[in-house]
Amino acid sequence: MTRETAIRAEGLVKHFKDVKAVDGVDLEVPAGTVYGVLGPNGAGKTTTVRMLATLLRPDAGRAEVFGRDIVEDAASVRTQVSLTGQYASLDEDLTGLENLVLLSRLYGFAKPAARSRAADLLEAFGLSSAGGKQVKSYSGGMRRRLDIAASIIITPKLLFLDEPTTGLDPRSRNQVWEVVRTIVGEGTTVLLTTQYLEEADQLASRIAVIDTGKVIAEGTPGQLKSSVGAGSIKLRLHHADQREHARRILAEALRAEVELDDDPVALTALLLPGQDNAMQGAHALGELAKAGVLVDDFSLGQPSLDEVFLALTNRVEA
Amino acid sequence: MAVTETKTKSENEAAAAPVEKERLRRLLAQGERPAAPSAFASARAFAWRSMLKIKHVPEQLGDILVFPILMLLMFTYLFGGAIAGGTGDYLQFLLPGIMVMSIVMTTIYTGMSVNIDINKGVSDRFRTLPIWRAAPMVGYLLADMFRYAAAGAIMFGTGMVMGYRPAGGAVGVLLGVGLLLVFCFAFSWVWTWLGLVTRSEKTVMSISMSIMFPLTFLSNIMVDPATMPGWLQPVVENTPISQLVDGVRGLFDGTSPSTAILTTLIWSAGFTAVFGFLTLRAYNRK
Repeated sequence: MTRETAIRAEGLVKHFKDVKAVDGVDLEVPAGTVYGVLGPNGAGKTTTVRMLATLLRPDAGRAEVFGRDIVEDAASVRTQVSLTGQYASLDEDLTGLENLVLLSRLYGFAKPAARSRAADLLEAFGLSSAGGKQVKSYSGGMRRRLDIAASIIITPKLLFLDEPTTGLDPRSRNQVWEVVRTIVGEGTTVLLTTQYLEEADQLASRIAVIDTGKVIAEGTPGQLKSSVGAGSIKLRLHHADQREHARRILAEALRAEVELDDDPVALTALLLPGQDNAMQGAHALGELAKAGVLVDDFSLGQPSLDEVFLALTNRVEA
Repeated sequence: MAVTETKTKSENEAAAAPVEKERLRRLLAQGERPAAPSAFASARAFAWRSMLKIKHVPEQLGDILVFPILMLLMFTYLFGGAIAGGTGDYLQFLLPGIMVMSIVMTTIYTGMSVNIDINKGVSDRFRTLPIWRAAPMVGYLLADMFRYAAAGAIMFGTGMVMGYRPAGGAVGVLLGVGLLLVFCFAFSWVWTWLGLVTRSEKTVMSISMSIMFPLTFLSNIMVDPATMPGWLQPVVENTPISQLVDGVRGLFDGTSPSTAILTTLIWSAGFTAVFGFLTLRAYNRK
């Protein structure tokens, strides 16, 4: 069975005066997954989302959401999507409850149904006791939750989340992640933009990396990581004066590149691709122990998306 | 100030319970999808939103209710003697005009509200809803009708206390206020459009004031145009504001001014058609 495609975008372009905010973005987002759009500030993530959500007209290129053209069938696209913008898409003067009742009414619920839907949503998002307060007084985490609640008054087929955790504390961020996982679990496709590599890694099944208005890499988090290298072993030694010795042992045992870190007791060995990372790590530690090098701490890891990102953007600049 | 705010926020945060995943899952699974609301129902929902804003920020009514009373008192007692030789007669002439002037002036608030909205995230949400595109603006205008009616009632009440007596009776007064509201509804589209195409609410304010001042003073509100230079009279007599004032004044006085009423209705239809179209076009392109 082939999976339905939620978004298909070809060559989207958007200029603002002389600035090319989006410069030919292609995307293909399979339905029922979290798709991460990763990039630094100003990369064109928000502009891309705003075009796909029918808020901006592309200057060139085309895109479809569940087979409906975002320009020609904008009204029909709007029946399929909802948007949680980068800045809370709520009326700050109104209370949380009033916001949800208003939006429920606008989705066509009759007054009593709108009230009960709003109350249910507040309860599910842990906001019942704050429901009667003006949104102005909400913390960042509460606003985000209310904003997401407003986006699922009617379960959308596609939900745009534009930097949903920017500026949140770790606890609120984890709550948003849980909510995103629950929403996807019920079959909604989520397009998530983020500047946090960890967030894309945690939530997304595919990621497009965007920089200066272009997609510079696309794939699963695993594919992106392995495109940079196999991984590394990081070590902290007990004695700084054993570091040079350790470097030689590692270079020989692993036949790999070894980098000395700024920290005088730390060093990093890049592992060879195509071999078991754990085996290589165990072998290296064994050799160090035999040579009498005291190791305080070690860790074995895949390249982080940070490294992926830096590697990709450097390649583009070079 | 900042300290208090932080405290309130952390208190609120403590009050917020964790997300209940099971409940959330059930809500998502319901998949209920009611039929889209009618154009009128969505506009009414936006009007309700404006009324809630008045409830939460009642200060915004202050301007609208106090300003007209000040205008009425000031013009009657300061200029009445000089212009008409007595305050009683002048009030009889002035009240319908000054009511038009104060209420038409307050229509510019609509443009400012639209501008404030469009620069906030909330309008992104409204614009991604599958609703009638004009609904947010029409909602504003409907709620504004309430504010205008309230301002009209207060001015009329104050006028009665000061000695104003309408020869047209209750029916004439209600019809006159009705005509004023129709015109305000239509004229507000100029400001909704301006609110969408300008950068900040301050720009909206300064542009609209520079239109409103000449338009209201170059009129028959304060003085009879017959006292003006001959070249100016035809201009003053034919502005939409003067026609509206003639209509409202005639209805209050019970003289059934059919030409002025008809002209006002034609102007109203014109404003709605032209600026309603421009507003929607600007809204869709935003």
